[in-house]
Amino acid sequence: MTARRIPTPTGPGLHFTFDGRAMTGIAGDTIASALLANGVRVVGRSFKYHRPRGIFGYGAEEPNALVDVTVNGRTTPNLRATTEPLQDGMDVRSVNASPTAAHDRNGFLDGFSRFIPAGFYYKTFIWPDWHLFEPRIRAMAGLGRLDLDNRPAADCPQIAARCDVLVVGAGPAGLAAARAASAAGQSVMLVDDQTEPGGSLRLHDATIDGMSGTEWASGIVADLRRAGHTVLTRTTAFGVYDHGLVSAWQRREGKPDALWQIRAKTVVVAAGAIERPLVFPDNDRPGIMSAEAALAYLKLHGVLVGSRIVLATNNDRAYFVAQALRSAGAEVTVADTRAAPPASADAITRLAGATIDAVHGRDGVEAVNIGGQRLECDCLLVSGGYTPTVHLHCQAGGKLRYDDQIAAFIPAAFRPGMVVVGAANGVFGLSGALAEGHAAGGGKDAPPSPASPDEAHAIEPAWPVPGKPGRQWIDFQNDVTLKDVELAARENFRSVEHLKRYTTLGMATDQGKTSNMNGLAAMAAVTGRTIAETGTTTYRPPFVPVPLTVVAGRRRGELFNPVRRLTLENEYRKTGAVFREYGGWLRPAWFGTGKAEDEIAREALRSRETVGILDASPLGKIEVIGPDAGALVDYNSYHTISTLKPGRIRYGFMLTESGVIYDDGVVSKVSDEHYIVSCSSGHVAGVTARLEEWRQDRFDPARVFVHNSTPHWATLTATGPRSRDLVAALGLGVDLADDALPHMAFAECRFDGTTARLARVSFTGDRSYEVSVPQSKAAALLAAMTEAGRPLGAVALGSEALLLMRAEKGFIIAGKDTDGTTMPHDLGITAPRDRRKGEFVGKRSLFTDNALRDDRQQGVGLVAVDENVPLPVGAHGVATRDGVRRSIGFVTSSYMSQTLGRPIALALIERGLSRIGEQIELVHLGRTMRATIAPACAFDPEGARING
Amino acid sequence: MQLFPCPFCGLRAETEFHFGAEAGKTRPEPAADVSAADWARYLHAKKNPKGPSREIWVHETCGEFFLLERDTVTHEVTGSQSLRKGEP
Repeated sequence: MTARRIPTPTGPGLHFTFDGRAMTGIAGDTIASALLANGVRVVGRSFKYHRPRGIFGYGAEEPNALVDVTVNGRTTPNLRATTEPLQDGMDVRSVNASPTAAHDRNGFLDGFSRFIPAGFYYKTFIWPDWHLFEPRIRAMAGLGRLDLDNRPAADCPQIAARCDVLVVGAGPAGLAAARAASAAGQSVMLVDDQTEPGGSLRLHDATIDGMSGTEWASGIVADLRRAGHTVLTRTTAFGVYDHGLVSAWQRREGKPDALWQIRAKTVVVAAGAIERPLVFPDNDRPGIMSAEAALAYLKLHGVLVGSRIVLATNNDRAYFVAQALRSAGAEVTVADTRAAPPASADAITRLAGATIDAVHGRDGVEAVNIGGQRLECDCLLVSGGYTPTVHLHCQAGGKLRYDDQIAAFIPAAFRPGMVVVGAANGVFGLSGALAEGHAAGGGKDAPPSPASPDEAHAIEPAWPVPGKPGRQWIDFQNDVTLKDVELAARENFRSVEHLKRYTTLGMATDQGKTSNMNGLAAMAAVTGRTIAETGTTTYRPPFVPVPLTVVAGRRRGELFNPVRRLTLENEYRKTGAVFREYGGWLRPAWFGTGKAEDEIAREALRSRETVGILDASPLGKIEVIGPDAGALVDYNSYHTISTLKPGRIRYGFMLTESGVIYDDGVVSKVSDEHYIVSCSSGHVAGVTARLEEWRQDRFDPARVFVHNSTPHWATLTATGPRSRDLVAALGLGVDLADDALPHMAFAECRFDGTTARLARVSFTGDRSYEVSVPQSKAAALLAAMTEAGRPLGAVALGSEALLLMRAEKGFIIAGKDTDGTTMPHDLGITAPRDRRKGEFVGKRSLFTDNALRDDRQQGVGLVAVDENVPLPVGAHGVATRDGVRRSIGFVTSSYMSQTLGRPIALALIERGLSRIGEQIELVHLGRTMRATIAPACAFDPEGARING
Repeated sequence: MQLFPCPFCGLRAETEFHFGAEAGKTRPEPAADVSAADWARYLHAKKNPKGPSREIWVHETCGEFFLLERDTVTHEVTGSQSLRKGEP
């Protein structure tokens, strides 16, 4: 193909490279048009046989011209050269070719093609194991290369939009629809995947309402924009989802791509049609191109794709292309498959009943054989008819019917809220398309009308003919030939869905836009069925490959699952906190720049000696209020709560209906009608939801309310022997004497002129006070506590030290020291199960056969026997029965305790509570160790320190 | 993306909702009188109908549980009702 620019371009060009060769394009080029203008014929190698391939199409349908593109240091693989605007400085590389498309060292594979038909790999490499061969085969096949260093920013916005009428496609039908809808007072969105509106009007000359087609198109778009409607170019509506949601991918100049999520009352699909190839031997050679693509390169980019062109066709529309190419200076011969081509006054050479028997030229068409005659040419254009783009209609659940008149599938009946118009509906004439679009947009008056009669578009199918010699390509991108379809039929993969999966026809990144029709027509011919009987495969989104960065949008990286942050984070950073995430919150893990284990040990020891100050703000504070508050709390607790005196606190579990511990925590009774559920930090949303569900399901929602006030409070805990002295210095106005405020007591108080709360609960086993103030007073409280703590030798306590200290006491973390089977009695807490009357969540499950088994895994402590180092978390206890070693449980928490001078561990071990003192064997990653089962509480078992 | 009608907030995206339970299930009580089989049925047996279904969903943004009638095949939503007493 000796393509050239018409006219020769002037002015500064855009510089780019292709497979290392420097080239120049012009503004407005796609990569494909620039490659053509630079005389590039081989743009890539085929997927399986490594056949040289050239550009076939000009848009989303392109099967061959996939390229990896690096621009501004960012590499994107497998872009369609036909849809990517050329940019200055682009480095473009062919895919599936090594080192270059023109010289590919795997090109020899094509010589073996007759030995590697569809299914070859799976049949041949099944023994001994496909996976032995897979890596090398995959390395030979496959497409572009991923740049593993590419970390694209999470900057693609997702935009939700609503409108009355969404029009997909800005060709004549779509524009007529948008224009009519706007005139009818509807809100309109118009999306089109090209850079300019107009669709086929940009390729075919027309006069509409006295204007040129392109003037008419841009006039309507200007009118729409002026009226406040939304027109998006370079935007592909790629999917229809539940309840009519249309997703569209917008490419934006100088800005990240956007994903539009559009809900419209009516969707008008005016997506046009795609020209399909003709099927003949070696119909995949570089230089063989869709006729309409040749027209597009001429009209849109000023590139004439050849000087001696043969145009093979089975329909009338191709003659318009032939004339245009001839006017541009090419010599054109039309090879019409029909016995009686249309009579015409123009001087184009036409051959009747002409089929292509052979194509000469491996890296580019040099000549073709027609009826035994050799015809020299540098470009072979093909037009096998047009396949309406019915994807959105089918994705929405619409059915198709086969129309013999146009040899294509068109919508059988429209889906509610969706209309298909124009070429997508099989209406190829301009006046018909305009009329249909106009009506779909609600136009009652006369539709826009073209000045001249429609181009003829008669077609006589020229479907693949099985049984002929030579390799005739059906699917270019996945290298599926007519013989593969015949093979599939022979092996009884006769349904189109089986054909697709067996041969991979239509499964490539182009999703068979140019190949599916020929494929199913071939299957129909092989199996002696009609095309209608054979049917189509299922259409699924997306219509084109959409980058995952666009689908994910900004919900990646830090925003994928944002951490919650403490009000005092910056204060802690100033004092050297190292932050980690705990239950969704970013919290100080420890303070200081020393080794983590040293800092954690220091904090724990100091806190046990004097007093530690800990930020406990994430702890749940769920207010349950109303006359039925006590009943709701009781129903959701393993322990009865409402029998507490006001101002007292009880520890307990919240169970699932399966009797499993969902969470543990404390509940404060403020008054008979007000309780505060203080659940674990990570379970606040879950506990709130459970309380709310039972509130609405079982209680009178007018008599009890559930309100999560966690975010409103900052909570700082003072824990350790000197904690009372510290809190006393805050002047909260509460009597801190142990008989006035004993362990597990609650008091409302004042701090810095506002209401505050004081709770005596302990997660360390030491005397502790939780002080809660409104967030606005958080900094003041921290300052006051730090000041009060200074003379006492107070230490800032991070989460790691707290986790260690609670483990010394055998206090569990629900979900860490329990699993999806753990019930309260597995932790030795049986009184409510055995004595409590009335219903509560999970009650019946505590009495099932399974719950009552005596070999349940129970919460215990473990003491390492062999070494003075912590046991690995996750190590399994093992026992051997009948010669088979099996797990009897596992280590759930494990720390080095400087307080005790030895490692401690919590574990769930089968029958553990009745085996205290026994030694068991543990294994972890091939290592074996021993441990002695101990009570979970390893420190201060009498609990003397709670008042110490 | 489906749209569900919250009886209080109107049509909202399905991501704002959470499935609660199938409608019409009654918790067997009192625990002492409930057979293991009945309890297991309550906990685990779901009708999971193909076609029209009645389900309890919660609109998480307003916190209200409601009855949602929909078709599990076509995803057509056919009804939505508040569960508040005295309301239809």
